[in-house]
Amino acid sequence: MSDQIKNAIQEYATRLGDDSVVLGHRISEWVSYGPFLEEDIAYGNVSLDYIGRARMFYTYAAELADDGRDEDDFAFMRNDREYRNLLLMEMPKGDFAYSQVRQLFADVYYTILLPELLQSKDETLSAIAAKAIKETKYHLRRSRDWVLRLGDGTEESHKRAQKAVDQLWGYTHELFDMDETEQLLADEGIGVDVSKLRDAWLQMVSDILTEATLTVPEDSWAVRGGRTGYHTENLGHMLTEMQIVHRSHPGCKW
Amino acid sequence: MNEISLMPEEQYQRLQQRNAADVKELWDLLDAVKDPEVPVLTIWDLGILRDIVRDGDKVTVIITPTYSGCPAMDNISTDVTQVLNDAGYADVTVKMSLSPAWSSEWMSPEGRKKLREYGIAPPEDADLDEDGLTPDAHAQCPHCGSKNTRRVSEFGSTACKALFQCDDCSEPFDYFKKI
Repeated sequence: MSDQIKNAIQEYATRLGDDSVVLGHRISEWVSYGPFLEEDIAYGNVSLDYIGRARMFYTYAAELADDGRDEDDFAFMRNDREYRNLLLMEMPKGDFAYSQVRQLFADVYYTILLPELLQSKDETLSAIAAKAIKETKYHLRRSRDWVLRLGDGTEESHKRAQKAVDQLWGYTHELFDMDETEQLLADEGIGVDVSKLRDAWLQMVSDILTEATLTVPEDSWAVRGGRTGYHTENLGHMLTEMQIVHRSHPGCKW
Repeated sequence: MNEISLMPEEQYQRLQQRNAADVKELWDLLDAVKDPEVPVLTIWDLGILRDIVRDGDKVTVIITPTYSGCPAMDNISTDVTQVLNDAGYADVTVKMSLSPAWSSEWMSPEGRKKLREYGIAPPEDADLDEDGLTPDAHAQCPHCGSKNTRRVSEFGSTACKALFQCDDCSEPFDYFKKI
């Protein structure tokens, strides 16, 4: 493997790990605040799936970096500007409708992305995808159910779900952006060309939103920057909370 | 019922692997390691234990997580090392393997029986829905055997389980999801 490819895979694994850990942490913020006990537990489980996924991506990135860092260094010792996650994942948890709409957008994204990643020539990326696909089926069923329930629910729940869709829509365009690193890997059959996935994503999301009596927004604005380290202010606050224990007690085991 | 229960291919392969292993005594030793979250099941029963390789004094144990975020894996690694250390194997490495991804098909027949007795319905005690996922009703209650049950939550006490309630005996129970 050439150094150029190796570095690109390390960067790619880090990005995918960043997406997973940031979303996983956001979901975990619902633990003990869920609308009822079972939902609280469900959210905790989905969060664990994402954090587990992040561990696998980071472990692989650390292996490729081969500079003494481990998965924890990737998660806890990098600042917001070093994080490369999609902005959608870092948006605050908001109200329940906001979190579930974001979850739906992410779950549909992974439903389409992971089968492509499964085809990767890179065995580790393919193995992680194989594991995550199975879990994503359950995630999507749950977020879809909630969006249907909230959209087609009471006047208040419909209003909040629609507001969430409108507020988050502009952050979904970035999901399908490619840059040099990802193009290189896509050309090599290692990474996924996400620019080809938007039609399928839009179709699936539109069908669900329509069924939920929600309106699919016009594409009138788009925010980008996560993949280059330019984040919303939300990420910094989140990382502060997520990283404080690890940074205060370096190397601590329990 | 006049059905001959067939062992799924995956289970058969695992059994063959264990029987053919040249370190059979190590497989037997590791039957002492239980899943901390379902303590009636050994890591063999669950299909978490994938392989054991001995090279001189060095023992490498390969395990695979049920779910990506399974918090029991660290515990299991420690327990595996401990059991082997206690049996005189000082040089033990536990490795995590991701591929092939864990499948509930790997669970041993004894494991399924033990699960049921413990109060958790194994995957085959429900007919899956058209998407191959947990149905919203009719998983068989491990307490009274009724199928008059309904799903309360997609995710139970751990990611590998869904929560059901029986409408006959009223008991809640976990259903081990098929993945």
